[in-house]
Amino acid sequence: MSQRIPVTELTSSFRGRATDALADSQLRTNFRVAMDSLMQKRADAFPDEDEREGLRELGNQIKARALSRLPDLLEQLEAKLTENGVHVHWAETTEEANRIVHTIIESKQGSQVVKGKSMVSEEMEMNDYLAERDIECLESDMGEYIVQLDGEKPSHIIMPAIHKNRRQVSKLFHNKLGVDETDDVNELIQIGRRTLRKKFLEADVGVSGVNFAIAETGTLLLVENEGNGRMSTTVPPVHVAVTGIEKVVANLRDVVPLLSLLTRSALGQPITTYVNMISGPRKADELDGPEEVHLVLLDNGRSGAFADAQLRQTLNCIRCGACMNHCPVYTRVGGHTYGEVYPGPIGKIVTPHMVGLDHVPDHPSASSLCGACGEVCPVKIPIPELLQRLRQENVKSPEEPPVVKGSGAKYSRKERALWRIWATLNSRPALYKGLLWAATRFGKLTPGKLGPWTDNHTAPIPARRSLHDLAKAHLNAQTKSGGQP
Amino acid sequence: MSARDNILNKLRAGLAGTTPRPDQFDEALVTEPWQYAPEDRVQRLRSLMEAVHTEVYTLAAANWPAKVQELLDSRKLSNLLYAPGTEYGQQLTVHWAEAGAKQDLLAYDRPIEDWKEELFWQVDASITSTAGAIAATGSLVLWPDRHEPRLMSLLPPLHIALLKASEIEDNLYGMMQKQNWSAGLPTNLLLVSGPSKTADIEQVLAYGAHGPKELVVLILEDA
Repeated sequence: MSQRIPVTELTSSFRGRATDALADSQLRTNFRVAMDSLMQKRADAFPDEDEREGLRELGNQIKARALSRLPDLLEQLEAKLTENGVHVHWAETTEEANRIVHTIIESKQGSQVVKGKSMVSEEMEMNDYLAERDIECLESDMGEYIVQLDGEKPSHIIMPAIHKNRRQVSKLFHNKLGVDETDDVNELIQIGRRTLRKKFLEADVGVSGVNFAIAETGTLLLVENEGNGRMSTTVPPVHVAVTGIEKVVANLRDVVPLLSLLTRSALGQPITTYVNMISGPRKADELDGPEEVHLVLLDNGRSGAFADAQLRQTLNCIRCGACMNHCPVYTRVGGHTYGEVYPGPIGKIVTPHMVGLDHVPDHPSASSLCGACGEVCPVKIPIPELLQRLRQENVKSPEEPPVVKGSGAKYSRKERALWRIWATLNSRPALYKGLLWAATRFGKLTPGKLGPWTDNHTAPIPARRSLHDLAKAHLNAQTKSGGQP
Repeated sequence: MSARDNILNKLRAGLAGTTPRPDQFDEALVTEPWQYAPEDRVQRLRSLMEAVHTEVYTLAAANWPAKVQELLDSRKLSNLLYAPGTEYGQQLTVHWAEAGAKQDLLAYDRPIEDWKEELFWQVDASITSTAGAIAATGSLVLWPDRHEPRLMSLLPPLHIALLKASEIEDNLYGMMQKQNWSAGLPTNLLLVSGPSKTADIEQVLAYGAHGPKELVVLILEDA
């Protein structure tokens, strides 16, 4: 098989990258081990099924309620944050968001930025944007730091470096930082701690993401285990938070179930080591904390998903990663195969709104629709249903009104025509019978090559007798011998 | 039109003809599974915190400064960052003078800009108060202010936290209600549930990622 496929052409597509990933046994082991353990941890964190299901239902309600008043909540959040002394910015595109962040850094003559973990900043490709403008933007989450040091992208939204094992990290640190190689994970983490602490000290600006933005109190809530988020949001004189417009919730109490769902679904932890709630910059008499806090609210296609009541559910997502941990496709091909910032099931339903379905035409069909993602989703996003919907959007004809950006990438007149014939055949008994008759008589005339199917299978040759015929014969025989039909 | 207007207009168009969903927040769901008898509350907190490498001691309120001294002595540490403007801070300095403790007491009494390098590299330990704790998740509530700045609980490798036994609540929801959080939050409210950790390499748990490597909680029984 693989000899027939020119690999260079294919690595730019999902299929090609999947083929490569499937052949990489180290990668497959790294993911299998990690996903098995994450699934077990989640299961252990929800010992009571009723409690779990009740909480998921509540999580879904809270997000749906927030989305049902999203524009009002965003305005309330803005007003409350402004009252608290936080500067609020709005960006429709990642380009705009980057410009805003860059302008803030420039106004402080900043040249060094430390970043806490933020998927939205990945979406913006902020590191590259700032690097092109001579600003160093360093990742400070251990996993993100490892990935950045190796010039890679995260392969999991919660565990960015999950595709690497300790020996690979040790080699990387040895090559890039000049330290001795070690198989001791503790030692590797201490190397990261020492290197990054210096960076926290020097940084002009700290960038972070946001897990929940609370409209009622004007609060940005961040969860983390390492303390790098607290460092990034406390030590540098300026803190810039970037987040998607869907992260807002109405009330402070809403975060109680959402937090519990998030940390238990993601890592099986009852809570993360730190829950960091930021409601403003340093007050006049306080001795630390940034003097300026900014929030950048990014759209980047979210309002497009929002416009459709079904697709809007995509925006329930609280970025826990449970869907990828439980996905048989993700576990086998890994995060990089998706070629986009958000991998796995959630990536497949959120990415088309950001980059256009035509950029990721294989995403909706890279799924067996087994349903595991929808079953574990803490806010009950019906991911399989949304994947099916995107499959339909993917084959829309140019005449049909587009709902999703870049829809119709897989539209084919030939395929459309074939389905029309199929429908006609199946809705007219006489035609169907005629075809069945012909197929059983002239089955041998089936061509040997039938598209990609025959790359891996022999061509399906219709049997001499159809199931209909056989059933009829069987029934006749039984009736004759006096048995029960 | 600004980006703000464009975004809000698009969202409003998407909601045309719909009504906001009702608020059906179910208090029982987030409280009932997480309630404990008074005698179990401390035990729940302790076992959850110990499970993530926190050292927990229960002692009489009068004895805490001596315990702090002992913790520092046994680790051979040479200084302690404290908050001079608090009651705990005063108790600490009194004990330190009386007992002739050998560790230097470093007062966090000036802006970070004045001593950033020292705070980052030369402080061995810190001691802070807490605004209570949550038994359900094994979490301390930290309410940093002018006297106890945010970085006290983050920069030093050892963080010692004082917790009044009477201020342990069952769950996060109860704590929010009791302290009326939605009426006013500090610049930075924190829940701390152990020393800093990471599992980013092979999911192997390692402590002391960026924050404290050790967290010690002293529960003051009669306070």
